[in-house]
Amino acid sequence: MQSNNEEIIQIKDLTKIYQDGLPALCNINLSIKKGEIFALLGPNGAGKSTLINIICGIVRPSAGEVYIGTSEIRKDYRMARSAIGLVPQELVTDMFERVIDTVNFSRGLFGKPQDPARTQKVLQDLSLWDKKDAKIITLSGGMKRRVMMAKALIHDPKILFLDEPTAGVDVNLRRDMWDMVRELQKTGVTIILTTHYIEEAQEMADRIGIINQGKLILVEEKNELMKKLGKKKLVLNLRTPLTKDISDLPLESSPDQLQLTYTYVMGNEEGISHIMRHLDERGIDYKDIRTEESSLEDIFVGIVGTKL
Amino acid sequence: MNLLGVKAIYNFEMKRFFRTLFQSIASPVISTSLYFIVFGSAIASRMGEIDGVSYGAFIVPGLVMLSILTESVSNGSFGIYMPRFSGTIYEILSAPISSFEIVLGYVGAAATKSVAIGSIILITARVFVEYRIEHPIWMLIFLFLTSITFSLMGFIIGLWADGFEKLQVVPLLIITPLTFLGGSFYSIEMLPPLWQKVTLFNPVLYLVSGFRWSFYGISDVNIFTSLIMTLVFLFLGLVIVALIFKTGYKIRQ
Ligand SMILES: Nc1ncnc2c1ncn2[C@@H]1O[C@H](COP(=O)(O)OP(=O)(O)OP(=O)(O)O)[C@@H](O)[C@H]1O
Ligand SMILES: [Mg+2]
Repeated sequence: MQSNNEEIIQIKDLTKIYQDGLPALCNINLSIKKGEIFALLGPNGAGKSTLINIICGIVRPSAGEVYIGTSEIRKDYRMARSAIGLVPQELVTDMFERVIDTVNFSRGLFGKPQDPARTQKVLQDLSLWDKKDAKIITLSGGMKRRVMMAKALIHDPKILFLDEPTAGVDVNLRRDMWDMVRELQKTGVTIILTTHYIEEAQEMADRIGIINQGKLILVEEKNELMKKLGKKKLVLNLRTPLTKDISDLPLESSPDQLQLTYTYVMGNEEGISHIMRHLDERGIDYKDIRTEESSLEDIFVGIVGTKL
Repeated sequence: MNLLGVKAIYNFEMKRFFRTLFQSIASPVISTSLYFIVFGSAIASRMGEIDGVSYGAFIVPGLVMLSILTESVSNGSFGIYMPRFSGTIYEILSAPISSFEIVLGYVGAAATKSVAIGSIILITARVFVEYRIEHPIWMLIFLFLTSITFSLMGFIIGLWADGFEKLQVVPLLIITPLTFLGGSFYSIEMLPPLWQKVTLFNPVLYLVSGFRWSFYGISDVNIFTSLIMTLVFLFLGLVIVALIFKTGYKIRQ
């Protein structure tokens, strides 16, 4: 997807120590490429929001530098921030404002003249146009999140930060979000999102950065990472203990011979039907079947060697 | 300079004023009327004139000052406290707008409201007493400077407060007593000598005195002392705000 390898964000030796003393970020170095979707993956308290909030100007870095293009976020904050749109983790809006007013307010705040056509386009793209005169307090949580997205997009940012865009969002809206993010990417917007869910990172991202306890542990192309770490398991519970030979199939059996497990790489499910066909042919009957994904936890164990 | 950003904040704040226009206007009109009924009618008859000005007319500048100080502080503090409280301040912090421009938007709106309310009180007062304004330009200068200065103080309180109680505490425990004791409703010459000296430490005295001078040409302290003191307060407020933004105190962790 990336048109080139031009770097749009450069983070250099970034450290953040909050007042209470614990380092929330230690020496982060990271470059984001223009036009990519980058997912920051990490557990609660890893430092994802801190990293985003520093880049957006909400939190002050303790040390280090961040460049947006050639603009340093503190020295050249006007240029840097003009390029950025942010949808923060928490749903915060002016409850008694109308949707259209709050969106236009954001555009003004970023120093851009009002543009009714642009407002209409943004609201329509987010399916908010028919709610434009509604007070925000009357909207559902999912719609509020879209309003925040509209506020972030109304000044035509080149970079969009989405801090846990799908927290508390149902399956349909999640799909919508993902589609919207992909559409945005097509228009050349660079997107950085955070998530707790590996599936989300897998679904969306071109590259993934894993962060834990303020340290960026690993940054990798998504496909590479999935190949290495994204394991999935198919577990079959048998009706009767296994008696037939299945050593030619990539299956592990449990000691009581009542359970078979097939482990495969995420996104590479072709093996499943092969196995099922062979089990049927050999008359091996199962009463239950389920799949397990490697959790973020498993991946951490894989990388760091310790539990979270 | 992000003037459109300033305008966005300013308009947003003014909208709240207009949304609650009735309360915004009704409360100063009612309280002014009450003051006139109580002080102007009941007490004035026994007070006689002060420096050739009837007591009812004498308290007009003090009444305006009282409202301007409380309105400025409460509007200035509420404006910035609300987004801090609700979290919507994230957007202001992440916008390409300088601290000075943020202050300009919020304090400008708060001061505008105060000037509007001051004008409403002057109009209401006209119903009760005849008063004159000898130095209209000076009157406006004091009106604007005081509104700006105290809106700025309010802004500082709004940045400092971490609960609604604290927003109330300063106007209630500091501004209102200082205004009442600062010669809003009497000339300090009416006080015993010791209290006259003590009152000189009350900053509000200088504001009220200068403001009253612009009406009737009478004052407790020299007009230029008043002007200089007002400017000093304004300057102090600006310095404190600048320090707050520089250190990120309670805004940017
Ligand atoms: N304002 C603050 N003051 C003090 N400590 C903070 C503050 N904000 C965050 N922290 C601490 O910094 C660390 C990183 O927090 P951060 O919010 O960046 O994590 P996160 O990865 O976004 O977590 P989550 O997935 O829960 O959103 C945590 O230990 C948190 O307690
Ligand atoms: Mg977070």
